Amino acid sequence: MSTITLTINGQQVTVPAGSTILKAAEKLGVFIPTLCHHPQLTAVASCRICVVEVTFKGRKKLVPACMTGAQDGMEVETESAAVVESRRTILELLLANHPQDCLTCGQNGDCRLQDYAFRYNVPGAGFSGERHAYKIEDDNPFIIRDMNKCILCGRCVRMCAEIQGDGVIDFAHRGFNTKISTAMDLPLSKSECVFCGNCAAVCPVGALQEKGLRSSARTWEVKKVKTICPYCGTGCSIELNVKDGRVVGVTSCDGEVNGPALCVKGRFGYGFIHHPDRLTTPLIKKNGRFVEASWEETISLVAEKLTGIKNDHGPDALAVLSSARCTNEENYLLQKFTRAVLGTNNIDHCARL
Amino acid sequence: MPTCCCQNNAVDDRQKALQRALSKYQNTKGALIPLLQEAQEIYGYLPGEVMQYLSKELKIPFSKVYGVATFYAQFHLQPRGRNVIRVCTGTACHVKGAGGILQSIQESLGIKSGETTADLRYTLETVACLGACGLAPAMMVNNDTYGRLTPAETLQVLKQYK
Amino acid sequence: MKNLAGKYKKIICVCSGGCTSSGSGKVLAGLQAAAAEKGLAGKVLVRPVGCHGFCQQGPIVTVEPEKIFYTRVTEADVPDILEALETNRPVERLLYVDPTSGKPVVTYDQIPFYSRQQKLVLEKCGCINPENIEDYLDQGGYKALKKVLSTMTPQEVVDEVKNSGLRGRGGAGFPTGIKWQGALSAKIKDKRYVICNADEGDPGAFMDRSVLEGDPHSVLEGMAICGFATGSHEGYIYVRAEYPLAIKRLKIAIAQAEEYGLLGDNILNSGFNFHIKIKAGAGAFVCGEGTALMASIEGSRGMPRFKTARSTEKGLWGKPTTLNNVETFANIPVIINKGSRWYSSIGTEKSTGTKIFSLTGKVVNTGLVEVPMGVTLRRIIFDIGGGIQNNKKFKAVQAGGPSGGCIPADYLDLPVDYDSLDEVGAMMGSGGLVVLDETTCMVDLARFFLKFTQQESCGKCTPCREGTKRMLEILTRICEGKGTPKDIDDLERLSRVISSTSLCGLGKSAPNPVLSTLKYFRSEYEAHINDKRCPAGVCSNLLVYTIDAAKCTGCGACARACPAGAISGEKKQPHAIDAGLCIKCGSCLQKCKFGAVVKK
Ligand SMILES: Cc1cc2nc3c(=O)[nH]c(=O)nc-3n(C[C@H](O)[C@H](O)[C@H](O)COP(=O)(O)O)c2cc1C
Ligand code: SF4
Ligand code: SF4
Ligand code: FES
Repeated sequence: MSTITLTINGQQVTVPAGSTILKAAEKLGVFIPTLCHHPQLTAVASCRICVVEVTFKGRKKLVPACMTGAQDGMEVETESAAVVESRRTILELLLANHPQDCLTCGQNGDCRLQDYAFRYNVPGAGFSGERHAYKIEDDNPFIIRDMNKCILCGRCVRMCAEIQGDGVIDFAHRGFNTKISTAMDLPLSKSECVFCGNCAAVCPVGALQEKGLRSSARTWEVKKVKTICPYCGTGCSIELNVKDGRVVGVTSCDGEVNGPALCVKGRFGYGFIHHPDRLTTPLIKKNGRFVEASWEETISLVAEKLTGIKNDHGPDALAVLSSARCTNEENYLLQKFTRAVLGTNNIDHCARL
Repeated sequence: MPTCCCQNNAVDDRQKALQRALSKYQNTKGALIPLLQEAQEIYGYLPGEVMQYLSKELKIPFSKVYGVATFYAQFHLQPRGRNVIRVCTGTACHVKGAGGILQSIQESLGIKSGETTADLRYTLETVACLGACGLAPAMMVNNDTYGRLTPAETLQVLKQYK
Repeated sequence: MKNLAGKYKKIICVCSGGCTSSGSGKVLAGLQAAAAEKGLAGKVLVRPVGCHGFCQQGPIVTVEPEKIFYTRVTEADVPDILEALETNRPVERLLYVDPTSGKPVVTYDQIPFYSRQQKLVLEKCGCINPENIEDYLDQGGYKALKKVLSTMTPQEVVDEVKNSGLRGRGGAGFPTGIKWQGALSAKIKDKRYVICNADEGDPGAFMDRSVLEGDPHSVLEGMAICGFATGSHEGYIYVRAEYPLAIKRLKIAIAQAEEYGLLGDNILNSGFNFHIKIKAGAGAFVCGEGTALMASIEGSRGMPRFKTARSTEKGLWGKPTTLNNVETFANIPVIINKGSRWYSSIGTEKSTGTKIFSLTGKVVNTGLVEVPMGVTLRRIIFDIGGGIQNNKKFKAVQAGGPSGGCIPADYLDLPVDYDSLDEVGAMMGSGGLVVLDETTCMVDLARFFLKFTQQESCGKCTPCREGTKRMLEILTRICEGKGTPKDIDDLERLSRVISSTSLCGLGKSAPNPVLSTLKYFRSEYEAHINDKRCPAGVCSNLLVYTIDAAKCTGCGACARACPAGAISGEKKQPHAIDAGLCIKCGSCLQKCKFGAVVKK
């Protein structure tokens, strides 16, 4: 494969042909801020926060690092005076049309706008003037949608269209009035949204927040525990967000199988974990009422009944339905048990229904 | 929606016209915008159901159809007046007093730019440039262009449109 | 006028371009009916023609072969015009009066507005019927296409265009031949497109409209030649929605050209196929930008795209695409017919040929002007344009529309071409020239343009979407007398960032009107901010209306006109304006017959 050698902040780096300046900088460990760029989504180069100063063939100009191809002999400055002025101004412009309510914002601590404002020392909105005044959308159990906080990076739109394959949201209107919107600008609850929450997962700011998670913990209070989603056999990586020993939310974490994507169950279906109705011991029905029992008692009872049916009616009178919530190992054991112990091939799985 | 036989016929005719438009653009790439244009010709504006229908037929997400319809100034998602007044506020007209023309219309019709009179007689709009700069200040009413206007003449012209 | 003069004794040409808005339709119908009634059928031809360019004087009627030029014709003038054909004495009252000599001028070639122009592209506009292909053929139309198809290879055509030095007339001035070479050499071969950009959206520009409405075949011919030269068989014309007449004439022209075998399959039996489709825009200025235009043809929102390859490599639907402006295409037949050497001898070394300017604003003769590149602004504005209206003082000319800038009087002798305009902070743009006099406030003008770009920003990239909004707000504040010295710094910083970081040309050039007025008219900004004064007397918040007691007769006309009841005074006694109540509408100023109301 042909390669390209360029200079970034005085350091030489060689990358495969076709790489962007951003990729080349990553290789050197040089930081370049990005908002609209997402490695899994089509590049659009719209936020312009990633501009870098490039001198090439005697001409100097600012270009977006996320989409500009690296060229042999390019000289790139990632923090020149012009770059820093541009980034600061862009941040001031974004903040001039963004609520300054970081104190109560659920995204506080996990927000790119905040991080970059800190990095480039932008204390707040640099300009006064009109701001958006959209109604906050809070009528569904999963996502809080506050378009006043939206910086129009379009990641959610691309996520919904390119990865989720739904295209429920898109850019609407234009210019200063551009807004990410469902068809006819209805709330998500009245649209075809399936509430996978993948849009919220890629939103770099607090415009799309997971309702449960962001209202129950500050971002720095949670411990993230990486695990595999138990809902189905796909095996998506998830992170349990744990606060004080309780799971307060699930986030995606660029898993090998699923990237940043999850489905509604994986992302939002964690309520059962600490639910008061959840069974914590086996129950046995005695005299028409369920009564708590020990595992020994319960397993003996089940074994006794299964043996009874097998003896009276033959093994094929028994059938086993396994659960998608079980792990592969558990499912393997169950079919082994069915075939080898019960002696029947009547084993199936709910995911086939 | 009130129903009487004549209105039903009108509805039917419009649906048929839309069908014809759809078959005309079958297998044509980039058909969405021309179809929205035809739909607006037929209905006078773009009702939500019509956009939804086009979205299904063209297999384009409804959100995208909505996004396109709200991007272009030509498309209207609300019913419009029978006569559309478009006052040019382009450079030449601006310099030659388009502001006064606009103001006199606004005052006499009691609506602002972008609005429609209650009797659906007029919709008032401004446009960036009609390309009739030599005749500034200019306006269009429906497809007719008028140039070298004065506020008084403008109001005279409007009276012709019932 | 060639050949046709032989068939008919007289041809009466009625402008049906821009003049339709001053009522030329009725004149045309009246002349046709009256001529038929008088039994003049085989002798006199009444024909609708494209724009003469002198819109100021419309409706315009010319009589060939004498070149008689009638201005501001109405239906009532029809009998006299026909009678004059017989008496051979032109209708005097309809003739153009030369403003300097005060004498009537009979023929158009004696009018300075015309005699000082050089018409290559507009040559046929105003003398052929744009809805009749025969007229175009009569004037040598489609000869260039025939020549190309029968005697040239695509590379030869590209070389000819390269050698002509033609640069794109759509604004950026990119060399057309080099663009075509890119498309001809593109890697992708299966499908290629030609697009004509007829989205002419610059407020103040209407030359493309005139060409499309007055001579549509010249554009079709240019496109077909481009198709042949770049290996493309499919062309689109993207016409803005506001030009229904242009769309209608193009449709007619395409149908006629297909009928004559000049478009479609196997053109002139050469084996070359070329089909042209019309795409009507839907009202978005940004769609004039190449990538947005293509997104729009593809059926999407007209949002520009970051280009990772040239459009001639990957354009419409990912295929090599040659995009040129209307006027660019209309130049092609001229170049092929007369040769690149001849063509490149016109204009300047780096900007060859002619350019059509639309001259508007406070100039005496508004209209379309075609002159060789390199002519000075003075010649265009004063010699051709007739100077400033009402003997006011020339202040500046705004060149290049919302992406251009203001050029002050110091540069009146600047030869106009792509590079010289760039150097002074303006731009050729599409060729709009808006003449400004001393009564134009430059801050207000900058605000006007920013308002336009702000409304037309597609909203995709941050600097343009958010930045133009803030610039507009700052300018509005300054015009309202609420500006602070920091505002100028903010405007300069925003301008710098928006022009260097925006995604497309709209944002990149949006600050130009502000930068150029700040450069040449900074003191006006400072007067607004520091002295709360608008030197040109435009920004109403900063104006004070007073009554000059010495001139006031106490007639009371002003008091009756004042909608705010701000004027009081005894009958026949000097009146006075209560500054607190005055809403600065200017009604009193208009009403006072004695010049007693003073605006400062
Ligand atoms: C915002 C914007 C609007 C434009 N509008 C037009 C237009 O209306 N007509 C046009 O020919 N070019 C327009 N252009 C320039 C085109 O992008 C492109 O350069 C041109 O059509 C190429 O043709 P040419 O080389 O023949 O000039 C516009 C550019 C920008 C950035
Ligand atoms: S909601 Fe979030 S992801 Fe979507 S465009 Fe706005 S900021 Fe970007
Ligand atoms: S510069 Fe303006 S018009 Fe161009 S892409 Fe950015 S927002 Fe859109
Ligand atoms: S990250 Fe490059 S433009 Fe947004």
